[in-house]
Amino acid sequence: MALGRTLGILVPALIVVGAAGAYALTWRSSFDPVPRPDPASFDADLVARGTQLAAVGNCIACHTVPGGDAFAGGLAVPTPFGTVYSTNITPDEKTGIGTWSLAAFRRSLHDGLDRDGHHLYPAFPYDQFTLLSDNDVEALYAYLMTRRAVENQPPPNELPFPLNIRATVAGWKLLFFDSGRFAPDPGKSDQWNRGAYLAEGLGHCGGCHTPRNALGAREKDEAWNGGMAEGWTAYPINENSPAPIPWSADALAFYLRNGWHQDHGVSRGPMAEVTGNLGRLSDEGVEAIAVYTASRMGAPEVPDAGPALAASVIEAPGEGQTSDTQTQPEDTDEAQGQASGTQAQSEDAGFARGAEIYAAACASCHEGDRPQPYGGLDFHLSTAVNASNPQNIVIVTFWGLPPADGMASAVMPGFEGVLSDLDTINLLTYLRREFTDKPDWEGVGELVTATRTGEHPVSVRPADMIERAPRNLGAKEEP
Amino acid sequence: MTTRLTVNGAVVDAESDPDTPLLYVLRDELGLHGAKYGCGLGQCGACTVMVDGTAVLSCLMPLLTVEGRKVLTVEGLGTADAPGPMQAAFIAEQAAQCGYCIPGMMMRAQATLTANPGASEQEIREALEFNLCRCGTHIRILRAILRAQGEMQQAAASRPVGEDVL
Repeated sequence: MALGRTLGILVPALIVVGAAGAYALTWRSSFDPVPRPDPASFDADLVARGTQLAAVGNCIACHTVPGGDAFAGGLAVPTPFGTVYSTNITPDEKTGIGTWSLAAFRRSLHDGLDRDGHHLYPAFPYDQFTLLSDNDVEALYAYLMTRRAVENQPPPNELPFPLNIRATVAGWKLLFFDSGRFAPDPGKSDQWNRGAYLAEGLGHCGGCHTPRNALGAREKDEAWNGGMAEGWTAYPINENSPAPIPWSADALAFYLRNGWHQDHGVSRGPMAEVTGNLGRLSDEGVEAIAVYTASRMGAPEVPDAGPALAASVIEAPGEGQTSDTQTQPEDTDEAQGQASGTQAQSEDAGFARGAEIYAAACASCHEGDRPQPYGGLDFHLSTAVNASNPQNIVIVTFWGLPPADGMASAVMPGFEGVLSDLDTINLLTYLRREFTDKPDWEGVGELVTATRTGEHPVSVRPADMIERAPRNLGAKEEP
Repeated sequence: MTTRLTVNGAVVDAESDPDTPLLYVLRDELGLHGAKYGCGLGQCGACTVMVDGTAVLSCLMPLLTVEGRKVLTVEGLGTADAPGPMQAAFIAEQAAQCGYCIPGMMMRAQATLTANPGASEQEIREALEFNLCRCGTHIRILRAILRAQGEMQQAAASRPVGEDVL
């Protein structure tokens, strides 16, 4: 239905824009195929730098089917417009990019065109990769051209007419795409600029964390204001971050490197892949991304106030003792008009039921002594429970955090079979009221049902999704 | 206060506290010792039973969430004298060494094949991935499940239309 509505706008818009721009824009020259470069011809230092850059770009996440060969493509990427299958970017000459010259590769990243001159769908985030410096493009090229060539032809995309005609992308580009390299802000530090370059360009944080318009383009004036990724909510990572304890640059650097932080919990969903890859990056790169991101969130330029702040947040609303369900959470600071209503609801049967479920099924871990990332997070600190949209807490409640193979990892069992839809709603309502000072979520019931039935599809993978692939040699290669 | 539920087809009024894990109710109150206590943290799968057709970890499931629901344990799959297809297949393949994980394995497999009778070997492997076996009899366990799947499919093919076994 949403697709139909979107197409209603999309089709006329794209036909008009496409027709206007078609003559000028759709035709692009082809780069001649080149013989596959000899892997030994690339400088080892350049390849090593490309390894780190590929980790920043998280290339492997989209260009690899879990359990399959690294970079061989074929992963189904669901979009509101249809399914796009990622391409094979191994140096295989038949099905990969083995015959691509450096110039052809550079053009794909900077301008979204394949070697033949066809427009690439913006599921490939060239609208952000366009910021990449030529030097970094060369390093990425060296890295990919020294991977193992895998012959694998991904399935054709499943897109409706007219989107299945690549020329329509020319119209999209005319509206939403600006080709251009990164321009540093001379008023900011080198580290800040380094972070901006990595986060806005190759890191393409905005690919998930920025909302998109009806045509699938990022809303430029809502940069990093929260979006979606594989059915998960990508939280706002600007000044609207819902984290109960504001992120500091130090906390972000630790989180991006390790995939968890004492005051924020563990990364999961598609973000687990991101932190899994960034953990392999040099400290310099992670810290720069953290400094830049923290500044976007409005973090104060002071040392990490972590532990003291954490204690104050934990002690803030209600003492969290679940046995005294008759006691009101301290809701009185909420919008005055709502206060009495909230108070009344807090006594209702659903809230009490949620409290019982929490005490019996959640508290033993979430109020236990084990520190992060192995213990359950105190829900006062939970971004998921504080967020304006309960999607992520619904996913984790149902399917937990699957364990990683062969390594210690955060783990949480799923409660899909334990909790009925109604009990899930009761539990989430309890968590929201007991552990935050935010108003009730709206539409939790629909979300719970749609998520459980798969009407709202989500991906649930272990934190080490990439590394678990048995034949995925590229993913484990060290810089 | 009692909690009414159905266990292996029989209506039961459990007297345990509502926050008692289903595993303890099964073992301590109802004397059903098939489901095992492994880790108690929902990480090993030894306590797996089926509730309303879905595999759940009974060590994590408070009794209060089972009210009015249908629980199936390994005892409900058959008896020592007349083992059901899943049990018979595990016996035939001698899939157990110490056997501690086996009831959980059988229930996870039963739930998987109930939801998807034609599950591929890969789908079975993925479904069973959660359940740990420290003896390392995975190959035999997998063989047993595939054998059970074959026998269940044959039985389904020869069964009169409309007859519901589970």
